[in-house]
Amino acid sequence: MSVGIGVTGMGMVSAIGLSVTENLSSLAVSRCGITQVDNFETRHREHVLVGEIKLSNAELEERIGLLKGHGVTRTGMLGILAAREAVQQAGLSLADSSVRTGLISSTSVGGMDVTEKYFYSYTHDPELQHYILSHDAGVSTQQIADDLGLKGTVTTISTACSSAANAIMLGARLIKSGRLDRVIVGGTDALSKFTLNGFNTLMILSDTYCKPFDQNRKGLNLGEAAAYLVLESDALIAKEQKPVLAYVAGYGNANDAFHQTASSENGEGAFLAMQKAFAVSGLAASQIDYINAHGTATPNNDLSEGRALLRAFGNDVPTFSSTKAFTGHTLAAAAAIEAVYSILAIQEGMVFPNLNFDTPMEEFGLIPQTELLRRDINYVLSNSFGFGGNCSTLIFGR
Amino acid sequence: MKGKCFIQGIGAVTAQGIWRADFFEQAREIRVSKAYAEQPSYKELIAPNMIRRMSKGIKMGIFAAQQALDEAGGEDLDGVITGTGLGCLEDSEKFLKNILDNDEEYLTPTSFIQSTHNTVGAQIALRLGCKAYNFTYVNGAVSFESALLDSLQQLETGDAQSILVGGIDEISGHTFSLKQLIGEVKSDGADETIRESQTRGVNYGEGATFFALGSSSTMESYAEVVDVCIQNRLELGEVEEFIDGFLERNKVERAAISAVVIGNSGDMEYDYYFDGFGQLFEDTYQLYYKHFYGHSDVASAFGMATAAYVLKTQQIPEEIVWKAGKQMPLNYVLLYNQYKGRDHSLVLLKRS
Repeated sequence: MSVGIGVTGMGMVSAIGLSVTENLSSLAVSRCGITQVDNFETRHREHVLVGEIKLSNAELEERIGLLKGHGVTRTGMLGILAAREAVQQAGLSLADSSVRTGLISSTSVGGMDVTEKYFYSYTHDPELQHYILSHDAGVSTQQIADDLGLKGTVTTISTACSSAANAIMLGARLIKSGRLDRVIVGGTDALSKFTLNGFNTLMILSDTYCKPFDQNRKGLNLGEAAAYLVLESDALIAKEQKPVLAYVAGYGNANDAFHQTASSENGEGAFLAMQKAFAVSGLAASQIDYINAHGTATPNNDLSEGRALLRAFGNDVPTFSSTKAFTGHTLAAAAAIEAVYSILAIQEGMVFPNLNFDTPMEEFGLIPQTELLRRDINYVLSNSFGFGGNCSTLIFGR
Repeated sequence: MKGKCFIQGIGAVTAQGIWRADFFEQAREIRVSKAYAEQPSYKELIAPNMIRRMSKGIKMGIFAAQQALDEAGGEDLDGVITGTGLGCLEDSEKFLKNILDNDEEYLTPTSFIQSTHNTVGAQIALRLGCKAYNFTYVNGAVSFESALLDSLQQLETGDAQSILVGGIDEISGHTFSLKQLIGEVKSDGADETIRESQTRGVNYGEGATFFALGSSSTMESYAEVVDVCIQNRLELGEVEEFIDGFLERNKVERAAISAVVIGNSGDMEYDYYFDGFGQLFEDTYQLYYKHFYGHSDVASAFGMATAAYVLKTQQIPEEIVWKAGKQMPLNYVLLYNQYKGRDHSLVLLKRS
C-alpha cells in the first residue's frame, strides 16, 4: 500500500522576494537578486556577487516581532518567516495534538552568522552571551518550532548543499511509514563571512553574474534563503478537504564517494540519485517535463551534472534550467527554494529561465531553457548536490 | 511484513579508550569537565598524510565505524547515517579564527572543506567506496536518535538490509571556554562525578559510537532495536504520557521493562527530568553511562551501546548501576535522554 504525500503549503524568502508570490513575480520577469554584499563588512565586496536578502537583522527582528534579548540568528529569522508563510497557506492549527506533526529543517551554517561577529567579544561582553548557544545548527530549528508552537518530532539535517532535499525526503518517508500525519520540511541558510571565505578559498566564486551550464562559467554566486513545504498524508488531506499544490512523487539520495568537495567526472552520485527517484516514483525518465537542475555554475558541477543527465535521460534530456542565477546558491536552503519553484512550475505551467547563458559547453550539446516558457507540466525533477559527495533528487507531480 | 533492526556490531572511541569486552570493568569515572577521548592508533586505517590533516572527530568516526563493521562481518551497506551536535568543531573553529585573525586573508581551504557537518559520514563513504544513502543529522541531543530513527525506518520498510549508524562529537578550545562561561559545561576546577554533582552544567566527553545494523539476527546479535521516538519539548508532567504512549504503540507494558538506561549528566539544573523518569520505574534497574563517556549531544549513542551490551551478555556490570532494582530476565531495555528540558528521546531495545 502506497501513501500519497501532498504539498498543502509553501513559504519562502530569497533574494528575489520575501514570499512565494514575490518570488514568482521575479521569476516571471527574469528579475535576478544578485548584488554586492551589503549586510556585513567583507574585504571581498568588490570581487564577489551574492544573492542577499535586503533586510538587515534589525529589520528582520521587527518583521517577526522578536523582543530584545532573543537568541535568534539570521538563519533562524529567515527560517521563521518562511515557515510561517507555509503554515499559514496550509491553514494548520498546530495546537491540535491529535494530528501528529513534525518539523524537519536543514541548515549548513546554523548560527555561524552571529558566532563570527561575537566569537572573541563574548568573553568580555555579557550582553551578547545569550547568543552563544545559538551557534549549534539544531538551534535554528528549535527556534522555528517554538515560533510555530510546534511540539513533536523535530530534527535537522545537514548534508551541505543537498540538505533541504534530504529534509523533504525524510519528511515524506515519515508520513509514508505512518509515524507522522504531516510535516513541515525545508531549510534555511544565511550568508556569512565564513561560507563566503570558504568558497573563496576553493576558488569557485564568480566575480560576476553566474552562468550555469555556459562554456565560460566562472563559478557560483552565494546566496541566502529559507523555504518550507507542508507535507500531509493523502488520508489527512481527504479528511480536511484541502487543496493540494502538488505531490512528492519520488526521491533518492546517493553518495558520489569520489572526493570531499568535487563531483566525479561522470556524475555517478547524481545519476544514482536520479535512478532511485525514478524507482520510488514508478515514473519513466520520459515522463519528466522539466528539470530544475542543481546548476551552480562551477566548472565542476555543471559538467558532472550534465553528464549525469545524459546518462539518466539519454539523448532526450527534457527542458531544463538552473534558477541559481536568480537567487545565488543558497546552500542548505537551495533544494527547498527550488522545490517551491518546481511546484510553481507545475501550478503556473512555466519553465523558469536559466539566466546569463550564452555559449554551450564544449563537452556536450546540452542547452538550458533561456527564456520563460509556458507549457503544461506534470512532473518536475529537481537535483541538489553537496560536499561530501551528497547527491539528492526530488520529483514533484501534479 | 515490517522488517526488523538488529545491532550486529559496535565500535567506539571514548575517554576510556575503544569499545572492548571489559570496557566497563576497566572504566574510570570522569571527574574532569572536559574528558578528551583516548585516541587509538589510526595507522592501520588512515594514510599518514591524512592522519595529520584530519580532525580527531573524523578519525574517531572512521575508527568506530570500522570497528562496528568488523564485528558485524562484511556486508554491503545500504546506508551511512551519522549524528553530531556540534559537527566538525575543530576545523570550523580553525577556519573561523583564520578569517578573524587575518582579516579574511591568507586562508587555505582544508579546514573549511572539513568543517561541514557531514564530513565524517562522507569520509567513511569515501573510504569504503560506499555510494549508498548518506545522511547527517544535527539536532542537539537527538542528533543520534534522528539517525537511528532514519535507519530503523529503512530497515522496517525493506529499503535497506544493512546500515551503519553513529554519533560523533569533538571538543575544541574556544567554543568550550564559551560553554563554560555560560555554565553549560562545568568549570575546570569542579572535580565532581555525576553522583556527587552539586553544580549545574555537565562533564563533557568527546567520542564516537557506531553501530552496524542489519535486518536479520544472528547468534552474535547484541539486541533488536524495537523503536525510537524523539520529541522537541516536554514539561516534566508530560514525561509519563510520552513514555506510556511510546510503550503502548509498541505493545509493551511498563512492567515488562527489565532495565532503564538514563542519560543523567550531573546537571543540577535539569537532571530532575531523569529523577521524574526514574520514579516511573521505581522497582526497575536504572543504569547510567555518562559517568564513563561524559555528556555530549551524541553520548546517548554510547548509552545504546551500554544497553546492547547488557542485553547480549545478560549481565548488568555493577559499575553502571545508578539504582538497583528487581532482578528479572533481561528482555526489554528502555533508554531515556533529554538535554535542558529539550530534545527528549526514547529508544526501546529487546533481547534478540
